[in-house]
Amino acid sequence: MSRILSYEEKDTWIHRLSGVTKLIFFLLWSLTSMLSYDTRVLLVMLVLSLVIFAMSKTKWQQVGTVFKFIMFFLVINLLAIFFFSPNQGEKIYGSATPIVHLFGPYTLTYEQLFYEFNVMIKYLTVIPAVFMFIVTTNPSEFAASLNRVGISYNIGYAVAIALRYIPDVQDDYTAIKHAQEARGIEMSSKAPLMQRIKNMAAIIFPLIFSSMDRIDVVSNAMELRGFGKYKKRTWYSGKKLQRNDYLTIGVSVLFVVVALIVTFYDGNRFYNPF
Amino acid sequence: MKKFGIKEVVAIGIGTALFVALTEVQIPLGFIPNTALQPRAALLAFMAAVFGPIVGGAVGLIGHALGDALFYGSVWWSWVFPEAVFGIAMGVFAAKFAIKDGDFGKKQIVLFNVVQVVANAVAWILVAPLLDIVIYAEPANKVFAQGFWAFLGNIIIAGILGTLIAVGYSKIGAKSSSLAKED
Amino acid sequence: MTPIIEFKDFSFKYRSQTEPTLKGINLAIYSGEKVLIVGPSGSGKSTLAHCLNGLVPFAYKGDITGSLCINGKDPMKLGIFGLSKMVGTVLQDTDGQFIGLTVAEDIAFALENDNVLQEEMFERVDKIADMVDVKSLLRQAPSALSGGQKQRVSMAGVMVDDVDILLFDEPLANLDPATGKKAIALIDDIKKNDNKTIIIIEHRLEDALYRKVDRIVVVGEGRIVADLTPNELLAGDILEKEGIREPLYITALKHAGCNVQAKDEPEDITLMNLVPYREIVKRWCKEHPLPRKEKKKDVALEILDLNFAYVEGKPVLENIHFAVNKGEMISIVGKNGAGKSTLSNLICGFMSPENGSIRLNGEDMADKSIKERGERIGLVMQNPNQMISKAMIYDEVALGLRVRGVPEEEVKERVYKTLKTCGLYPFRNWPISALSFGQKKRVTIASILVMNPDVIILDEPTAGQDYRHYTEIMEFLKQVNEQYGITIIMITHDMHLMLEYTDRAVVICDGHLLIDAAPSEVLTDAEIADKACLKKTSLYDLAVRCGIDTPSEFVEQFIYYDRLSRRKEKVADV
Repeated sequence: MSRILSYEEKDTWIHRLSGVTKLIFFLLWSLTSMLSYDTRVLLVMLVLSLVIFAMSKTKWQQVGTVFKFIMFFLVINLLAIFFFSPNQGEKIYGSATPIVHLFGPYTLTYEQLFYEFNVMIKYLTVIPAVFMFIVTTNPSEFAASLNRVGISYNIGYAVAIALRYIPDVQDDYTAIKHAQEARGIEMSSKAPLMQRIKNMAAIIFPLIFSSMDRIDVVSNAMELRGFGKYKKRTWYSGKKLQRNDYLTIGVSVLFVVVALIVTFYDGNRFYNPF
Repeated sequence: MKKFGIKEVVAIGIGTALFVALTEVQIPLGFIPNTALQPRAALLAFMAAVFGPIVGGAVGLIGHALGDALFYGSVWWSWVFPEAVFGIAMGVFAAKFAIKDGDFGKKQIVLFNVVQVVANAVAWILVAPLLDIVIYAEPANKVFAQGFWAFLGNIIIAGILGTLIAVGYSKIGAKSSSLAKED
Repeated sequence: MTPIIEFKDFSFKYRSQTEPTLKGINLAIYSGEKVLIVGPSGSGKSTLAHCLNGLVPFAYKGDITGSLCINGKDPMKLGIFGLSKMVGTVLQDTDGQFIGLTVAEDIAFALENDNVLQEEMFERVDKIADMVDVKSLLRQAPSALSGGQKQRVSMAGVMVDDVDILLFDEPLANLDPATGKKAIALIDDIKKNDNKTIIIIEHRLEDALYRKVDRIVVVGEGRIVADLTPNELLAGDILEKEGIREPLYITALKHAGCNVQAKDEPEDITLMNLVPYREIVKRWCKEHPLPRKEKKKDVALEILDLNFAYVEGKPVLENIHFAVNKGEMISIVGKNGAGKSTLSNLICGFMSPENGSIRLNGEDMADKSIKERGERIGLVMQNPNQMISKAMIYDEVALGLRVRGVPEEEVKERVYKTLKTCGLYPFRNWPISALSFGQKKRVTIASILVMNPDVIILDEPTAGQDYRHYTEIMEFLKQVNEQYGITIIMITHDMHLMLEYTDRAVVICDGHLLIDAAPSEVLTDAEIADKACLKKTSLYDLAVRCGIDTPSEFVEQFIYYDRLSRRKEKVADV
């Protein structure tokens, strides 16, 4: 299977932050970027997220493939918006300044271009944050962090189990796929759709059913070692919050508040230069 | 509703691992380029139908968020929540499906499919586009068209692959007392 | 002295079954003892273990009669959590038991659940990790560990709770022989240093006896059949009756006509008093010459100078070069991660070699698709559950033919024929769920055989099987091999399998072909066995200690006559 984003151990102040801090930052950051359509706010966020990304010393080859993939979809999405609704910009900003008439009902306006530019940077602000979060947060600590921000440890541990078994399940999938291909099941796009779904079933079946056995084994193993005994549990990999953590959380909260005030100051979430 | 125990915790974990691992596994539709069916939707329907709403909702929510983050480097929240909605809706009827008891017959297959079509409709034609509009201010006609496509793809895959898996698993758990060797 | 574990007239019946699985068990185990529990599959030995850790009756419900007392307490009142403070269980499935994302977290798992403070956890994890020698691995993920290392982590994970009793459920099942030997040694050290009570459930008796045990309890059909010292048990014939494999040297002695006595301490071949037996063995050796083997000449599969690497500059396989003749049955052996599965993936065409080629019947396979190769080279995976995708036996076996568009009439004919060959014909209309693990394995073999391949590759065909099933599967494969002339390649680290059923062993070590020779040669050469993570067969020790000059020939002689007599028995059974 193709490479997925994964944690890499490094020593930067971002790596040293607790997972809780990064999770809070990530959620606040996502929230702000979801709520705000204010170009100024989004641009500041974009610049900041690039700075943070650079500080985390993440290398291009860690994220390059994924990034190209995202860019591809971003472009498709922007084109689709234009195709479906060339006047969305006019609706939002209340004016239409044509640049060039294309064909039929499609006229490119400055408003539409500006709107789609906003969609683009809105999307881009989140990407470095996700990259940074995944690449700098030790998965071991992640479950502990979820628990720390108030999510039940059952769910926290479920996430840990998911992270633990993703590589195993991927290996199983590949092995099963190979064996079934050798028996003659082909995943080519030439076969009729129904046949392709049935072929997929021949791979997914054994994968799911052997995973159901695994659920039994793992839950027995956990029970035998006292999981769920008390209402609380401690975490070997939990990190105590340090001064930098409190600072980061404080600054993040402050930033969100300011960003939202700036955004909604004029009564709506859009910044209108027209 | 079943009580939430260790088995449910592990089911969420392993279910999520499966969901994430299947993120990239797609069946191309063929007649329209760049569109594909997602077998993970069938997996979610199955997991929810076996383990109930909490496991279904959690696998949908965590699986979609984690899968998007790990493979695509971004989390598209407006499509994460509908996945959870679908999982919860399927899971509510878990007891009625009785997949583990080996009673997944004609009646249950019909119910399974009625529920999955309705749940998919709510998730992808209603919740997802609304969130897209509210959060991302995307054009309504675009997001409804997208939602409709997702709905169509998911009911096909959950209807065929999901039903096949549920029937198969139900047969595996079936009682085998009435078997006799034949010459 | 009061026993630490005491069963009194203990019976247990699973809720879903009509007959009790354990019947009238009376057993006492004392503190500091090391007890081995053996028995064939389905004998109830796992259920017995589950009674000790509480999975029975808390996770697997059922009815108990009689009493069980652990450390003076009633398990029913303690529950699984209470019992876990006294009995630590190391499961057979090391991947299932390894729950943590890293070694350290997995060891700390029980402590986390007990709300132990972080600083104390660091300390205790360090101490235990040191004890089982995984301290340098604390930050590793499970995917970076070998099976043996994972098992050590599992041990640490239960010992961190300072339990009195350690329960090992088939600890050798997933390990190569050399690693298994180390595991048994480690268990023994733990017992001695910390005075734990050790209970080992295992059907690989010879390997489990690598270090001294106090007693062996034999379970058969839900009852305790014997509770003896190893010496007493090995001198008798209980093991044979119960279908448990004796150590090979014991079988050899008995074959030669020796009457093995407990006083000669047969539990350890290197120390056993062989004076009364030496001449008998020597005479047997002279009187039982090996028949001349006919050489098979036609080459089926050729591997020519194969090289492979996932990452450039880090070769997984280098210059692998060997040939398999038509109708041969060979084994590919070597420790985990040596490149065995990569080799089979290359042969099946799942991956492409960097250079070198693979030929089948003289034809280069390079431009053949996976599907095309699959018609001529069949692959049977280790775990049948990972291959079976249909609910019914007939459909599963028919799958390969149907996707190739074979007319249904012919499908039926070929499936029935194959099912008859595999002894599955009476079950043809059964759901696969009704079959045992061994029968499922047969279904997967049938689903490959039905395509009439030239070569079949099997990955660990007998993993997790007891002696009876092992013999069944292997005799079946031998029959397929002899009657249909199908070439069989087995990837394995089961030394018995190598010795008894394969003509040659190709030993892969760190990506290189170490040796391509008769198994009896490989397993009597300490240096090669060591490098390949195998171990010398005990037959070699027997031969040397009896003063036989040709130990590797002796091994072959024994294997030959032992199989002959087992076949006769089988025929007599029918």
